[in-house]
Amino acid sequence: MKRTIAVLVENRPGVLARVSSLFRRRGFNIESLSVGITEREDISRMTIVVDGDERTIEQVTKQLNKLIEVIKVSDVSENSVHRELALIKVNAPPDRRGEIIEIANIFRARIVDVARESFVIEITGDEDKINAFIDLMRQYGIKEVARTGVVSMVRGSKVTSV
Amino acid sequence: MRVADAIVKALEKEGVKVAFGIPGGAIMEVYDALYDSNIRHILSRHEQGAVHMADGYARATGKVGVAFATSGPGATNTVTGITTAYMDSSPIIVFTGQVPRAMIGNDAFQEADITGITMPVTKHNYLVTNERDMLRIIKEAFYIALAGRPGPVLIDLPKDVTQADIEFNYPEKVEIVGYKPRIQGHPRQIKRAVELIMKSERPIILAGGGVRLSNAHPEVLELAEKIPAFVVTTLMGKGAIPEEHPLCLGFIGMHGTKYGNYAIMDSDLIIAVGCRFSDRTVGRFDEFAPDAKIIHIDIDPAEIGKNVRVDVPIVGDAKHVLREIIKMVEFKARKEWFEHVSELRRSYPLRYNFKEDVIKPQFVVNKVYEVFPDAIVTTEVGQCQMWAAQYFKVKYPRQFITSGGLGTMGFGFPAAIGAKVAFPDRVVVDIAGDGSFLMNIQELATAVDYGINVVVCVLNNAYLGMVRQWQELFYNKRYSATRLRYPELSFEKVARGFGAYGITVERPSEVKDALKEAGDVDKPVVIDFYVEIGENVFPFVPPGRSLREVIG
Repeated sequence: MKRTIAVLVENRPGVLARVSSLFRRRGFNIESLSVGITEREDISRMTIVVDGDERTIEQVTKQLNKLIEVIKVSDVSENSVHRELALIKVNAPPDRRGEIIEIANIFRARIVDVARESFVIEITGDEDKINAFIDLMRQYGIKEVARTGVVSMVRGSKVTSV
Repeated sequence: MRVADAIVKALEKEGVKVAFGIPGGAIMEVYDALYDSNIRHILSRHEQGAVHMADGYARATGKVGVAFATSGPGATNTVTGITTAYMDSSPIIVFTGQVPRAMIGNDAFQEADITGITMPVTKHNYLVTNERDMLRIIKEAFYIALAGRPGPVLIDLPKDVTQADIEFNYPEKVEIVGYKPRIQGHPRQIKRAVELIMKSERPIILAGGGVRLSNAHPEVLELAEKIPAFVVTTLMGKGAIPEEHPLCLGFIGMHGTKYGNYAIMDSDLIIAVGCRFSDRTVGRFDEFAPDAKIIHIDIDPAEIGKNVRVDVPIVGDAKHVLREIIKMVEFKARKEWFEHVSELRRSYPLRYNFKEDVIKPQFVVNKVYEVFPDAIVTTEVGQCQMWAAQYFKVKYPRQFITSGGLGTMGFGFPAAIGAKVAFPDRVVVDIAGDGSFLMNIQELATAVDYGINVVVCVLNNAYLGMVRQWQELFYNKRYSATRLRYPELSFEKVARGFGAYGITVERPSEVKDALKEAGDVDKPVVIDFYVEIGENVFPFVPPGRSLREVIG
């Protein structure tokens, strides 16, 4: 079972190490992790996608809550907007560029760099969409992929903040 | 004011009376400041010893224990001590020196990333990078060490930070947004717990180390008598109830009493207070107390449901929660259950075979109990620890001090020194093995130097006894690397060499006199009891088995 957990932490050096060390020590599996500051400069938000059974997820939440610098832990798996950004460098010989541009348009991806034999394509969306796009790009030969990891936000007026 | 002076002043404000440690290059400013302070400093002979002393002090008093070490090797030497405190939720603060800020990360002389190293074994730690944070950090550290589930905090002090200048504005209050332990239990859960208790025909209380940490001993006793329910404890919970009390069935687990283990397995309701259902306590998780519903009271929500299924979880401070439960439960006679447990107690007493010609280790502990019933007892780890736990009947809270979670050999002796510093008028006895005692024997120098007169009873069986026992029972008697004794080794002479008093005892008839002599000597004493080689600890639930599958 995959769950997406939003963790608000104090924006201090070492917090990321504390969180990742906790995951390693307790044997929890991180699928992806992204960090950035929030509406408040002194607070960072980590979005962690964890894979595990119910009991593991419960332990993840409880153990995270024990860290002094962790302010709030919320499960944002359900009823949320999930977004990830990926940059993909793909082979683009002149005779196939048309096809690639067409697929990119369907996915609302953007070509952000054009070179003689390759494109860099930027795509935003949930994990499935990005996986699907990357799969389609394979036929042209992917040279490089960089993904940010998922960030998530609950829909509606409910907020995950301090 | 120089930061080093501000640190010492802050410690004085926090009521610190004594600290343990060893100076070195990176922490010399702090030691310079200590020179003018009223805080008593005990110079240990190894940093691990200093941390165990601070831990022993904390366990004996309930106050925060404080230790100092320098950077690099000084800091890394504290790691076992810190982990020991972490596993048993003991409130200590360790200050370590660090190389100056500008040199951090350059592999400078005596540099070690001690905050990185201790991250998984501290409740929290700090690297002070700005002197303006210093006093806030100390205030927070004392709060964090004691609040909720206690634990060790480490503060790493770059040398140039300790040399900097600040104003001494010690904060009055702590404000940590992300850390507010829950003290009061949820009223609905408490009500459900009371309903289960009233329904139960075979209730039992399982008391853990959290009872001591929350000072909930009177409540445990009152609840046990009111329900009424029998009480078993974990190893860390020893002392949660006077062990000679008719409702106490001793400690359970791998080497716990048979009647205690059987009673909890036969119960229909377990009221668990401040314990974490460790593997050493419950044996096989999936076969533990199959008929029992479980009420689990703990201040750490992460412990609830971690190892065993729980029917009524109550997050809160044991003392508060038990108070609420006591208000609501009513007495209900449970005659059959009481007869059943009394029968268990009659049928499966703790026992060993006394011999005239060779000293049984259990006999030594028995005599320690007879001669010093009010002593604070610390233990090393292994067979000696289990015999101490089985045969020394604890009367009052904080009387029995042992490394339960980490199982640190070498803990008992420095912990005894820490406890004796806190209570100089009490007898403090370390029940040791020959293997464990050697692991921090250098602290004899500390004990003699400061006149900290503890009594070390070495149950000398010439082996790493617990490992030897497992080799005998599970490894076909292949005694790989467990024999310790050689003819020239004499703990009596070692003790004398340090300036302590040493006694060697080889006959059962001499045991009691030796203990009495130790009580009269005005020096730290080491008694080397030559106990029977090959004596095993029973009862014994083999690892990974249910508590019913007891050997011996």
